[in-house]
Amino acid sequence: MCAICGCGTATSGKPAAHHHRHHPHHHHDNHWHGADGSINFGTEDSSIAAPGTDEARTIRIEREILAKNDVYARANRSRLAAAGQFALNFVSSPGSGKTSLLIRMITDLSSQFAIAVIEGDQQTSNDADRIRATGVPAVQINTGKGCHLDARMVGHALDQLPLRSGGLLCIENVGNLVCPAAFDLGEAHKVVVLSVTEGEDKPLKYPDMFAQADLMLLNKADLLSYLDFDVTACVAYARRVNPGIDILTVSARTGEGMTAFHRWIEERAPNGRRDVACAPT
Amino acid sequence: MHEISIAESLVDLIADEARDQRFARVKRIAVKVGALGHVEPAALIFCFDAVARGTVAEGAVLDVQTVPGKGWCRRCRCSVAIMHRYDLCPLCGQSHVELTAGGELRLTELEVE
Repeated sequence: MCAICGCGTATSGKPAAHHHRHHPHHHHDNHWHGADGSINFGTEDSSIAAPGTDEARTIRIEREILAKNDVYARANRSRLAAAGQFALNFVSSPGSGKTSLLIRMITDLSSQFAIAVIEGDQQTSNDADRIRATGVPAVQINTGKGCHLDARMVGHALDQLPLRSGGLLCIENVGNLVCPAAFDLGEAHKVVVLSVTEGEDKPLKYPDMFAQADLMLLNKADLLSYLDFDVTACVAYARRVNPGIDILTVSARTGEGMTAFHRWIEERAPNGRRDVACAPT
Repeated sequence: MHEISIAESLVDLIADEARDQRFARVKRIAVKVGALGHVEPAALIFCFDAVARGTVAEGAVLDVQTVPGKGWCRRCRCSVAIMHRYDLCPLCGQSHVELTAGGELRLTELEVE
């Protein structure tokens, strides 16, 4: 159900495809629901009319340009805290293995946590379909031309997810090592995934993302013996950008290193247990 | 290109101000962008011109003031200029500095009529 207009409540099961244009002056709020359950965002022309006077003047203001995103992010954070959710925002370039990593995590941890997933991609619901095949609820956000998820999109996705106490919410951001760094979604931690098939100097080339993350997962470790990837150098570069970052080497394919990653989550998640008392929304 | 989302946020902020402070047109917009932040000024200006069309900010000059990177070295106990987020202190060459300026993304002034 959409929290803004409440649509989707009148139909049983999956609501029909429909548009939301709640606030014509806020074209940011426009989105539409696809027949596959995806939430779709795209640009539409905004039309802003304001009454005024002819008097020329200078107004001094101090306003953060991303203040609105931050308001949505704070709302998401409070909502997740109230629901006993531990949220991770997975960021990486495309093809680092985020979805495979999540599927491995779900397989290993679903008896311990009520896991839910938000998938962000420009197009298709392929990733959400892969996640749902594991039996875990997933919402696909299609950003249209957008290169990142923002907190407002995640708020809409939360409306559609069963948030159980002691739950683990995984947000898989759009594959992009640049733009998602600027947008707080309300998560507890950003987790940056870097695969060893990429260059070891990625942390220096894209420092913003590594500076924002609390954990770096060095994925596809099973391929290390076939590559010239220098793990020591990569770790040193990541620590140069972010001295406090935790780093774990993993393989979503073989499961190597995943126990350490699970421990990392368990140490931080407030309620690492399944509690079925909360009904789906 | 996240600058387009940032330009949209900026236009939204200006629309809010237009309603609150009752103006119909903006001639100049001043923003502060940190040199070590997430925004490329040229890309922001490019996106802004496109996003502002049909709004009170259409045709306005976007004046981007770049704020140089600055950090605090705990070891030297002083403020130092830095070029990158990950620079070591240029004085002692040993310690990471805590970013104190250069991450800004702020609307500071509007010239309106």
